[in-house]
Amino acid sequence: MSDFTEFFSFTDANVRYVTIGSVLLASSSAVVGCFSLLRKRALVGDAVAHAVLPGVCLAFMLSGTKNPLILLLGAFITGWLSLVVIDVITSRSRIKEDTAIGLVLSVFFGIGILLLTSIQHSGNAAQSGLDKFLFGNAAALIGEDLIVFSVVALLLLVCTIVFYKELMLLCFDEAYAHTIGYPVRALELLLTTLTVFAVVVGIQAVGVVLMAAMLITPAAAARFWTENLRLMLVLAALMGAFSGMAGAFVSYTAPAMPTGPWIVLIISMIAITSFAFAPGKGWVSRMWKQRRNKSRVLEENLLKVMYQLGEPNQDYFTSRNITDIMERRQIPKRAISRGLNKLRREGYVQKDRQSWMLTRQGQTRGMRVVRLHRLWELYLTQFLELASDHVHEDAETIEHIITPELEQKLMQELEYPVLDPHNNRIP
Amino acid sequence: MILQVENPVVEVHDLTVSYDRKPVLWGVDLTLPAGALVGVIGPNGAGKSTLIKAIMDLLPVSSGYIRIFDQPIKEVRKRISYVPQRESVDWDFPASVFDVVLMGRYGKLGFFNRPRRADKDAAMEALQKVGMQAYAERQISQLSGGQQQRVFLARALAQNADIYFMDEPFAGVDIATETAIIELLRTMRDEGKTVVVVHHDLQSAAAYFNWVILLNMRLVASGPTDQVLTQELLEKTYGGKLTVLSKVGDLLRKQEFPSREA
Repeated sequence: MSDFTEFFSFTDANVRYVTIGSVLLASSSAVVGCFSLLRKRALVGDAVAHAVLPGVCLAFMLSGTKNPLILLLGAFITGWLSLVVIDVITSRSRIKEDTAIGLVLSVFFGIGILLLTSIQHSGNAAQSGLDKFLFGNAAALIGEDLIVFSVVALLLLVCTIVFYKELMLLCFDEAYAHTIGYPVRALELLLTTLTVFAVVVGIQAVGVVLMAAMLITPAAAARFWTENLRLMLVLAALMGAFSGMAGAFVSYTAPAMPTGPWIVLIISMIAITSFAFAPGKGWVSRMWKQRRNKSRVLEENLLKVMYQLGEPNQDYFTSRNITDIMERRQIPKRAISRGLNKLRREGYVQKDRQSWMLTRQGQTRGMRVVRLHRLWELYLTQFLELASDHVHEDAETIEHIITPELEQKLMQELEYPVLDPHNNRIP
Repeated sequence: MILQVENPVVEVHDLTVSYDRKPVLWGVDLTLPAGALVGVIGPNGAGKSTLIKAIMDLLPVSSGYIRIFDQPIKEVRKRISYVPQRESVDWDFPASVFDVVLMGRYGKLGFFNRPRRADKDAAMEALQKVGMQAYAERQISQLSGGQQQRVFLARALAQNADIYFMDEPFAGVDIATETAIIELLRTMRDEGKTVVVVHHDLQSAAAYFNWVILLNMRLVASGPTDQVLTQELLEKTYGGKLTVLSKVGDLLRKQEFPSREA
């Protein structure tokens, strides 16, 4: 607990720097990643991230220093070059974009590793720490480095705000953007440049290998919660910021823990939670909906059977046993009593010792299901030219989902029928 | 039957367009009068969409040029509006109907500027014209095909252009939408706008358009509907591809030959 208060009081300057750095890097790459995701170029970020490594190594070899500005410049150049190469390959050959990305990514990364290894064996003392670019080293985000990277991260955020409307149109409908006179090539270039910058500053914290996660994961997670692009950007930024801060906190409490991988782990956890629990789209809410549907089908089937049992003698409110229901329809006994109990709680049936009877509302609802079933059977035979012995199965499902408006429409189109295809009366 | 007009609003001059070196449109040469509702008609793969896209400068042309209001398209973009095919975008994009229609104002706004009140009014007005004002706040992912088409139309209307190019606006829409759209297009024509529509249904073409372009890899006809929709010209359009023409096209692609000598 004391760790917690100590960390969040931010009295330690080091903690402050690392946290600010992680938060800025994570949120800026999250925002840029949203646009990559919506442009369906999620993998491009991964290619750039890997292609940055040879640039960093070359910049170091040529300058002999680890000045962040120079390394950044080197990273920027090769990162950018990789995108140009991907574009050229896709437009000038039959190779598709995904293959081109795979090719470029591995070739650039291979060269990067080659250079890195040769630097490490060169005996140059200044090189120590260069390998941090592989997995990142947020703890080194101090002093001059922090200032440079934070400024770039802030610029990225500002750029996406300033060009919000242009970038949105580019992602949604590039051809239309062109026809209203937008410089589409220039905008593409802008988005590419933003992506490269996001990668270049991000690798400080998480390294080239994990960088793609920083671009895409928050965007994918945010997409689950909203249908509004502005909100999606804000959410992605917040998720990025949170994981940045949490990552810094973890490595503060346990110094052996690396910040970058933790940031990625936490953002991934947020994403998985989003996939699971987001309203509407998440799988929990979808499972919930399916469960609800299933229990609705069971209930309506029970009401239907009880209504049908009363049909021959018009004695709808006579009590029936579970065995009566089972004779009429194959439903497991346990499901029947579960469904009947639920129906009783809802007021559609009454229980009298071991037997059950419909209430007035239960009878009405049961009648409606029977009516819908027969209406649908009739509809299929009349409008789809199906034989009358082929329509029952279909109607078994459809009877549960027809809305009152559709029911009206059905009645109209069938001209208020009296009998179904099996010559049963439509109630 | 290729009728050229005086003072055309659209002039397509000897246009050849190729995909991967294979020409899909050969030497199209036509002019369109102002205030016409024009149907571009032909079988699948005839190059109808290609023609529209080439006019909109969305495709590189192998030869020829296009002039609109007697100027290159780059000079008159603000007076031209384009309705792409509905399937050309991903409708699962996080935006509302209103957001998309507002895009129609972006061209007038220029960079950095945010949409003003007047732009929002114009977008709403456009939505009203297509009968979608009640859907303004709806997410575009929840729209039916016909509604998507209306949204695209509203976006084009919000541009307040003088010429409209529409790529298959009737594809996959219900009858009610189709009737509503064609009514709207007629009103626009009566206001003196020129509307060019790619259309695949021959049955309705005669009723919808007052100028028709028949296309099948080359221009078969261009002129007033009653003179163009004749048995003879339709047979020429739909009577299969010109085999020599497509074979030569295939050769150009295989041999990596330029369609014009450099």
